[in-house]
Amino acid sequence: MTRFETAFAKGPALVCFITAGDGDTAANLDALVAGGADVIELGMPFTDPMADGPAIQEANIRALEAGTKTADVLRMASEFRVRHPQVPLVLMGYANTMVARGAEWFAEKSAEAGVDGVICVDIPPEEDAELGPALRGKGLSLIRLATPTTDAERLPAVLNGSSGFLYYVSVAGVTGMQQAAQGSIEDAVARLKAASTIPVAVGFGVRTPEQASQIAKVADGVVVGSALVDLVKQHGTEAPDHLRALTSALAEAVHAER
Amino acid sequence: MQTIIGEGAGLGRRALPIAPIMTTHAPVNSFRALPDETGHFGQFGGRYVAETLMPLILDLETEYRKAQQDPAFWAEFDALMKDFVGRPSPLYFAPRMTEHFRGLAPAGKGPKIYFKREELNHTGAHKINNCIGQILLAIRMGKKKIIAETGAGQHGVATATVAARFGLPCKIFMGAKDIERQKPNVFRMKLLGAEVVSCESGSQSLKDSMNDALRHWVANVHDTFYIIGTAAGPHPYPELVRDFQSIIGKETREQIMEKEGRLPDMLVAAVGGGSNAIGLFHPFLDDPEVAMTGIEAGGHGVETDKHAASLTGGKPGILHGNKTYLLQDEDGQITEAHSISAGLDYPGLGPEHSWLHESGRVNYVPITDSEALEAFQLCCELEGIIPALESAHALAALPQLTAEMDADKLLVVNVSGRGDKDIFTVAEALGVEL
Ligand SMILES: Cc1ncc(COP(=O)(O)O)c(C=O)c1O
Repeated sequence: MTRFETAFAKGPALVCFITAGDGDTAANLDALVAGGADVIELGMPFTDPMADGPAIQEANIRALEAGTKTADVLRMASEFRVRHPQVPLVLMGYANTMVARGAEWFAEKSAEAGVDGVICVDIPPEEDAELGPALRGKGLSLIRLATPTTDAERLPAVLNGSSGFLYYVSVAGVTGMQQAAQGSIEDAVARLKAASTIPVAVGFGVRTPEQASQIAKVADGVVVGSALVDLVKQHGTEAPDHLRALTSALAEAVHAER
Repeated sequence: MQTIIGEGAGLGRRALPIAPIMTTHAPVNSFRALPDETGHFGQFGGRYVAETLMPLILDLETEYRKAQQDPAFWAEFDALMKDFVGRPSPLYFAPRMTEHFRGLAPAGKGPKIYFKREELNHTGAHKINNCIGQILLAIRMGKKKIIAETGAGQHGVATATVAARFGLPCKIFMGAKDIERQKPNVFRMKLLGAEVVSCESGSQSLKDSMNDALRHWVANVHDTFYIIGTAAGPHPYPELVRDFQSIIGKETREQIMEKEGRLPDMLVAAVGGGSNAIGLFHPFLDDPEVAMTGIEAGGHGVETDKHAASLTGGKPGILHGNKTYLLQDEDGQITEAHSISAGLDYPGLGPEHSWLHESGRVNYVPITDSEALEAFQLCCELEGIIPALESAHALAALPQLTAEMDADKLLVVNVSGRGDKDIFTVAEALGVEL
């Protein structure tokens, strides 16, 4: 079984996002795992994070101002892999930082670092001639995004080549916006699960254990990002304790639906 | 790849590689056949957008294909161009500039200089051509709201203008720094009924206003049309902006035939995102005797880190929905552009220019802030025309180009906009207090 399969086999999983290089990333990641996160998404900072709202935009800027390089992100990933051999790790970011040295280079380095999958916000299936094949060639999953605007006609293209899990972006918008109505999430997840065999995780706008618990009733995973990134901003080097507390509450809510 | 050698202007022109045949209906060996069906100009262009936007830009393409075939669409476009924008814009023989550069050039050199006077358009620049085309598309698609990004405010003013003309509410995204340095245009937009949204993130200039416009669009795709201001962004924007701006080159072609009975030998235009340049160039791309020079903003010099010359100083990458040349570091982080001209202050350019650069069909040259300032003043003094600082970059290529071209050659410069908006910047650069 892959790490993803193991993580999702137990029932609804908690997927936690933070930005690499924002605060003490190793300590922050350890806090997420200690709190009960089942899958980690590590954001690769980019100067122009077009799909992110203010919280994650600012995290990107803090990380870049702290001097975070792609080499640092890969090092954080490989050190994480040594400390947490079982927890699936996803790199999430934008195309330009992933292809700057070529898609093959990125796939190879990510594989060496022990990364399990990659989410690239701005490479739709139509433009995926290089990154997806390079990742799959190194045994990594390309995790695609489905959105409220992905209709039945496009869905097969989105699913084709997707593995690990499918990330359902529950609102048409950027990260950190208000959560979508539960009813629309239920309908969308049902539609996606009917069309695919991989787990479906739902994100964008999920901040509280109550919201997470509602989503965990219907989806295979719940993704939380901006709420965690806000804690890093607020508490700086003290963030790990706070991250651990919020993650525990979220994990409890999600795992209660198992 | 087959090549032909350019003839004519004697500018040491490079061999011209001929484009491979990309589509079945394209003319053989044409430079005008792209983008291909997937929106690519060779390796450039494409649709690098978040999934939320994909269905919308596919819809836009479908609707544009229908509009392209619809005589009623173009009839409305032409009528507005004539009576609202004031086209055709004149092709003006610039006698004193011609004499001036002939005087400086070696004997027998110094071509006739013509200005394509886009600065005489309503709102003072070429930007309105594209805005008219896009708002007609927005209306066809039943969209109820308009958004746009702007740097100097020229595209913002042009968008606010067409939004007012058609009675659609309009939001203009503009970097906080640009709002500060372009106050007259901010006020113009407000007078025209637009809401100006300040972008506080990143470098607070054009690229960040585009990020925020895209963020807003993603959240409002159902009822909002995004009027992109240059020949960049995800397919089909580079193509449709080019098509709307091609009116510049089509008119130039007719006008020079009327005045001179032959095609020009050299076309010159400034390249920010590349819309005024591609508008002038595109109708001539398959005329091998017509050479073309695109001018990039060289800022303090391309050897410094303060310039906006993405072809000269950048490399291919992915930003704002397309693959194109970008100013970036080795990790693919976008670096900040600098130009004295706010309309050229962008770390990328449209994908068709990246392709024309690599194919060798167009020669791209950087011009520094101080060269542009000098040309700005020269044009005021010799021709009685205050050009936009963007256009002054194109004019600043004249000393070199005219020195190499024979006196019986014809050169056309695109005066893309008027310089009223720039007088504060120029005064400051010249150390004059207003
Ligand atoms: C007068 C003028 N010329 C040129 C430009 C550069 O844009 P583009 O390269 O799309 O023509 C601008 C942009 O604001 C402008 O206002």
